[in-house]
Amino acid sequence: MKDATAIAGIGQTPFAKRLPESEKTLACRAILAALDDAGIAPSEVDAFASYTMEDTDEVEVAKAIGAGDVTFFSKVGYGGGGSCATVAHLAAAIATGQASVGVAWRSRKRGSGPRPWTNTRVQLPTPAQWTRPYGLLRPADEIGLLARRYMHEYGATRDHFFNVALACRNRANQNPAAIMYERPLTREMYMTARWISEPLCLFDNCLETDGALACVVVSAERARDCRHRPVYVHSAAQGLPAQVHGMVNYWNDDPLTGPSWTAARRLWKTADFGPQDIDVAQIYDAFTPLILLSLEGYGFCARGEGAAFTEGGALEIGGRLPLNTGGGGLSEAYVHGFNLITEGVRQLRGTSTAQVPGATTCLVTAGEGVPTSALLLRS
Amino acid sequence: MTQTDTTTAGSGGSGATGGSGRADGLLAPVPDEDGAPFFRYAARGELRVQSCADCGEPRFPPRPCCPHCQSFDSLWTKMSGRGRIWSYVLPHPPLLPGYAAQAPYNVILVELADAPRIRLVGNLVASADAALNSVPPERLRIGAPVKAAFHETDDGLTVVRWLLERP
Ligand SMILES: [Zn+2]
Repeated sequence: MKDATAIAGIGQTPFAKRLPESEKTLACRAILAALDDAGIAPSEVDAFASYTMEDTDEVEVAKAIGAGDVTFFSKVGYGGGGSCATVAHLAAAIATGQASVGVAWRSRKRGSGPRPWTNTRVQLPTPAQWTRPYGLLRPADEIGLLARRYMHEYGATRDHFFNVALACRNRANQNPAAIMYERPLTREMYMTARWISEPLCLFDNCLETDGALACVVVSAERARDCRHRPVYVHSAAQGLPAQVHGMVNYWNDDPLTGPSWTAARRLWKTADFGPQDIDVAQIYDAFTPLILLSLEGYGFCARGEGAAFTEGGALEIGGRLPLNTGGGGLSEAYVHGFNLITEGVRQLRGTSTAQVPGATTCLVTAGEGVPTSALLLRS
Repeated sequence: MTQTDTTTAGSGGSGATGGSGRADGLLAPVPDEDGAPFFRYAARGELRVQSCADCGEPRFPPRPCCPHCQSFDSLWTKMSGRGRIWSYVLPHPPLLPGYAAQAPYNVILVELADAPRIRLVGNLVASADAALNSVPPERLRIGAPVKAAFHETDDGLTVVRWLLERP
């Protein structure tokens, strides 16, 4: 599996609060752009991978873009936790000879469409029967509860959350495609922002966005003949920890060690390098505190040190671990983390708008809190 | 019809009774088959937690078999109703209207004194039937001792709420 496959093409639509086209149209545009980027004809596509909460399925996509006979397709559960797993599934399928050209994508209209949790009235099966009636309605409430405990246990402060929000915003300010391009964030803006779910304020939350992205996965050998430098899938893992309970993971021994710990153990085990060798990281940032938990989970620091890790500009360009260099879900676009994959590819091609000089290794992660997935990419 | 019968009727596990909307605009739990006993005991003013009939290990949320010994036999063990606040959050709008009307309110996670890894999501209130925002936010503190109280919702289901031990 190691370096046997590579991401050969990436594509995306504009990101905006509101786009006129349908999710299906946006998905097709992003996929065709990614195939064009790779220099591969749509008729060669024989594998699809997507994740749940996607309203455009592979049958529709395959038909619309003119794919050939498809011999592999998969759909990964748990929303944003599935982003990296789509690439992992395609890589596994291609490495084992089940397919040759795979496409993964995400298309969403959450900027203009309904949020799933506005419909909680009719969505109270297990596990929600134990949480939603008490007013834990939105992911921000569920993560806010963990964040408060994390602050209590480790002395983390809102300034640490701000460090995360600022790093993402600063990178978005360099990225013309980002929704928050040319919209700087200050500490005062952060500290006086309205609450969403205390201790989380407006700027601790990702952006609701319309947009679509896609990438193309092929064998390493094939990738070397494509239009851009191959970005190899070095290692991949999913993570569904023992006794996990989704985003409200409050019922295991230690709720502050979430799915990232499980994914990380496997990810590093099958890699030729470790956390200290990572040049740039794209870590799922639906909410700022998730970054602190993931920094610990993926081994960049010890348990309880995630907050301190963010100090002194560590997450900025030139810092110890440049983070979410396109702006991430907090400031580029929230498309269930797929923009973190494409930004990882750009960094390793050397074409990011916030390029880390000479970057050759990148960690990309999927949603923390839910059963997750992660990729180690290298050039 | 007894109070117990009433709650049983709403806990058949189908979740399709349409009874999840309450007059106060809050969501009523829709118990599944495994969770229904929790609400039946709550209706009697008892906080009980599912535990394994063979190895004794408590588990939450309720489920068909024991993750420790795989036994399908379970008991509902009576808890003292005492616990401590493990964490809390204060949601602000945008929220569903019934919750927005009481925002900011608290949601707490209570670690049970009798079974520390059993943590229940609930609300800290001034009295069993008081509003979700009836305790001022500055009274909330991680580690604060709390005790269970029982609130019958206006669709007949009883939920567990929490009172400060030292109000
Ligand atoms: Zn047992």
